Amino acid sequence: MSAETEDRGIVSIHERRRPAVRRTITVTEVGLLGFLVVIGLGPLLWLAKAAITPTRDTLREPMALWPHGLDFQNLATAWNHEHLDRYFLNTLAVAGGSWASQLLVATTAGYALSVLRPRYGKIITGMVLGTMLVPAVVLLVPLYLTALDVPVLHISLINSFWAVWLPAAASPFNVILVKRFFDNLPREVFEAAMVDGAGPFRLFWSIVLPMSRPILGVVSVFAVVAAWKDFLWPLLVLPDPDKQPLSVRLPVLADLIQLDVLLAALFVSTLIPVVLFLVFQRFFLRGAGLSGAVKG
Amino acid sequence: MSVIDRPTSPAPTVVRREGRGRRVRGNRLAAVIFLLPMLIAFGVFSWYPIARSLVMSVQQTNLVSPAQFVGLDNYTYVLQDPDLWTAVRNTGYFAGLALLFGYPVPLVLAVLMSEVRRWRGIFTALAYLPVVVPPVVAVLLWKFFYDGGPAGVFNTVLGWAGLGPYAWLNSSSLAMPSLVLEATWAAAGGTVIIYLAALTAVPPELYDAAEVDGASIWQKVWHVTLPQLRGVLLVTLILQLIGTAQVFLEPYLFTGGGPSNATLTVLLLIYNYAFGSSLSGDFGAATAASVMLAVVLAVLSALYFRLTRSWSQS
Repeated sequence: MSAETEDRGIVSIHERRRPAVRRTITVTEVGLLGFLVVIGLGPLLWLAKAAITPTRDTLREPMALWPHGLDFQNLATAWNHEHLDRYFLNTLAVAGGSWASQLLVATTAGYALSVLRPRYGKIITGMVLGTMLVPAVVLLVPLYLTALDVPVLHISLINSFWAVWLPAAASPFNVILVKRFFDNLPREVFEAAMVDGAGPFRLFWSIVLPMSRPILGVVSVFAVVAAWKDFLWPLLVLPDPDKQPLSVRLPVLADLIQLDVLLAALFVSTLIPVVLFLVFQRFFLRGAGLSGAVKG
Repeated sequence: MSVIDRPTSPAPTVVRREGRGRRVRGNRLAAVIFLLPMLIAFGVFSWYPIARSLVMSVQQTNLVSPAQFVGLDNYTYVLQDPDLWTAVRNTGYFAGLALLFGYPVPLVLAVLMSEVRRWRGIFTALAYLPVVVPPVVAVLLWKFFYDGGPAGVFNTVLGWAGLGPYAWLNSSSLAMPSLVLEATWAAAGGTVIIYLAALTAVPPELYDAAEVDGASIWQKVWHVTLPQLRGVLLVTLILQLIGTAQVFLEPYLFTGGGPSNATLTVLLLIYNYAFGSSLSGDFGAATAASVMLAVVLAVLSALYFRLTRSWSQS
């Protein structure tokens, strides 16, 4: 996009030169920024303040800035005494495993359906597309019973991270996204590699995967964010508190612990994803745009 | 595939002519091996549960006694449960309020933000920040904000303007709007990003042409920008309806469905059927309700799917 067209929005460059328009735009922008700061940042700033405020002050004067001093002890108590560290590690385990299983299934299936193209591939693609019509939450009960007694193996996955990792892999969205990306890779490169003697496995590992970094980044962000946010499913399949991720444990802690320690715990749980977002902003926003924009 | 079928080393010209339709030379075994992880994952955790939910909805199952075929009894039971209709009404109310609060706000924000020339990244980051907050944290935080006493956070702020105090979550008329307000705050940023992407795709020539016809800024927004966003507006509408029909986290954590069932939603009801009682869950009723919800949502999903697909093909 050239600089000229990039500057062209609804308001033209010519219109921007008019003093009245410029004044209005400045006022609107300042107002917009103020609104976004209050709405987007406000609650988080309040949480940061409350995390280091004694319970009594937060309850009596929630909007006052430390009338009786600061209390940094809350953060340490939340992290060590309430075992936030363990639940945090559980969240990492849930997210990491879901990420690995989703990436494995999406790339191998995408490769088979897009590049190897077996004759029955269209049927399988159709069956994957079909599951997109079935909202995941509606499968809650049968999926829970499946985790309770896995067909063929007859083992229970309850209280095992596999109960979260494996169902996460069955994401039709990922498979279709990766397949469409592979569809658009140049076939000439594959042919050339095969002329040089590369087999299907070599082609997958050394040619297709290295060419797919952008889509793998998007799928990765989707996978980690979804695992981080998930609440209902881990609540059902991980009843053992020692296995539960932060999202499941926090509502229980809310009823058990001091308010100041709880708010400190909420603050710590928010800080990590917010920092990740600020670092990897581009990937987050690209993924967010994808869910509504054209998938192709 | 036998060697006779195809040349062993195809000339580049042949490859180019055959283009995307061409299969990679490889044995069938490789395809099966590569499909295996997906077949296992989907077979066990998607196709099998889908089939099972249809079967279970016509069975009486509670894991204690063996499953019995009961015909449409589960459906009749659920349809005659007065709580279902309360839940349907509440879910509809939630969806309606969410449209009222949550549909215009991201659009207005995105249109204004798309005109920002300096530090647009800061605007985008601020708008998206609530989406990054883990949903459970957001609900627990807002639950504290909604404290009904005069020293609650919202009541303190509104008190400066001489309003309140309001009971928020404890009031059967304010509870649902409170839930929707938090859900809107948590989700609006994602929709803003979708609209921003769509706004950059509006061809600038259209604005140029409108200006030649003497259109004012407002007329350009109304006659160029909004019509150009028609498709994406429809998609976000469907996505939002699909999302709100499955709302669970907010009523479960904020109110548990109360006060007096004012925030009982369909998914919360399904959860209560299956897992709410400490004795044994009524899995038949839960799956029957799930299947009915699935049928409604499948219509919306099919619509969403058709829309996005026809775009990517054109």
